[in-house]
Amino acid sequence: MNGFMFKVEKFFDILLNKGGYKEVLEGLQNTMIIAVAGLLIGIVIGTLIATVRVMPKYKAAVRVLDKFCSFYVGLFRGTPMVVQLLVFYYVMLPLLELKMSSVLVAITVFGLNSGAYISEIMRGGILSVDPGQMEGGRSVGLSYGTTMLKIVIPQAVKNILPTMGNEFIALVKETSVVSFVGAKDLYLAFQSIGSGTYEFMVPYLAMAIIYIIIVCIITLLIKIMERRLRKSDRGR
Amino acid sequence: MIEVVNLRKSFGDNEVLKGITTTIKKGEKVVVIGPSGSGKSTFLRCLNCMEDPTSGSIIFGGEDIANPKVDINIHRQKMGMVFQHFNLFNNKTVIENIMMAPVYVAKKKLKMQKRSNLLIRLHLKKGTPVPVTATVAQIKSQAREKATELLKRIGLEEKADAYPSSLSGGQKQRVAIIRSLAMDPDVILFDEPTSALDPEMVGEVLELMKDLAEQGMTMVVVTHEMGFAKEVATRVVFMDEGRMIEESSPDEFFTNPKTERCKDFLSKVLV
Repeated sequence: MNGFMFKVEKFFDILLNKGGYKEVLEGLQNTMIIAVAGLLIGIVIGTLIATVRVMPKYKAAVRVLDKFCSFYVGLFRGTPMVVQLLVFYYVMLPLLELKMSSVLVAITVFGLNSGAYISEIMRGGILSVDPGQMEGGRSVGLSYGTTMLKIVIPQAVKNILPTMGNEFIALVKETSVVSFVGAKDLYLAFQSIGSGTYEFMVPYLAMAIIYIIIVCIITLLIKIMERRLRKSDRGR
Repeated sequence: MIEVVNLRKSFGDNEVLKGITTTIKKGEKVVVIGPSGSGKSTFLRCLNCMEDPTSGSIIFGGEDIANPKVDINIHRQKMGMVFQHFNLFNNKTVIENIMMAPVYVAKKKLKMQKRSNLLIRLHLKKGTPVPVTATVAQIKSQAREKATELLKRIGLEEKADAYPSSLSGGQKQRVAIIRSLAMDPDVILFDEPTSALDPEMVGEVLELMKDLAEQGMTMVVVTHEMGFAKEVATRVVFMDEGRMIEESSPDEFFTNPKTERCKDFLSKVLV
């Protein structure tokens, strides 16, 4: 036990006196930026894909789009996130002769990846809304798109909020693989603190605790949001 | 006002409407009755292309709206519809439900106006710019005023900011009716408006519908309320197996039905 306390003291010494906290803060910042930006991009892509996939398939253009969307979803759900990161960073970027910072690469890949998952979540949400809502909107002359955006999707979002929370939590945790392309996230910060002293026990324990705290905060935020959105259910 | 020519509708192999031809004139109150599965709801839903007709045409506002190339949204704004299950927007308050479509239409018009003015100024289009006077705030306040007036008419102004989930079935249906009225439609289609209501709430909805009828609104009503048909209809249509079997004035229809099928139906419902 004494040995453990000694290690803790040594860890805090590096963390507080030798500038370790800077690395942790930078890592925390990158982790959150990648997760939040990835989620936002994912929501936009996911909503678009879900809308295409529930559209009535009278027109050839819609059918083509639908095929493309299911290919997209299949592609991103069929490969691990790490593989997507590596392919994007080491294959796509050189081929397209583009230069991007590794955080930006991570944001893009996380956005594209979560778009695929969110599209399925959103599709389920849209299908769970009473078709009468769409009919009501169309009957007063609103277009399909407007009814979808103003009436159906807000109700769908309310239904899928718990699942979206899950997706966000998964994204936050999955950011721990972005160091594969050199982005400095929480994992890399603690790893570098540990490698300074060849002592990983406490740094990794601290890392685990930080992840748990982040997830607890997200869970709380989702609960508050859900309560607000449920307003229209209770009536007044 | 609405001219239906040889309207047919199939769901897969099941032909629900087998060629319907009729004309609905301005100010008419047409009540459609018939056994379940006779295609009366499908007929009504085809009138505003809620179900796309398989073939045939529906002439409304000088255009064949059964043609998929026609912008159906513009025509639906003039063709209100009231559903069995109300279909109020659950995520909007009562007054937002009523304001939504008028605000949307006015805003869209404003946007088109601004765009056309811009094109004219950039010399991409001929003509003189039309001054734009309305603002979005004005559009909204006008719509709110009108919605409040309509709510007063049905005595529900204190429910303006409530969500539909807190209303009774009868209240919901009355709000749904004035939601379609807010667009100043030329005709309102009623799809079994009282079938999902508690018996004690049927009266208030029928009362509002009678009100509309007296004010000269053109109405097409699918219903099982024979009393309403007798009292309000100017024409009763009896449908069975996807065809209009009988069409006559309510007096004649209820006292002297011509076909066996109709007599049989009436003997079962009028006890």
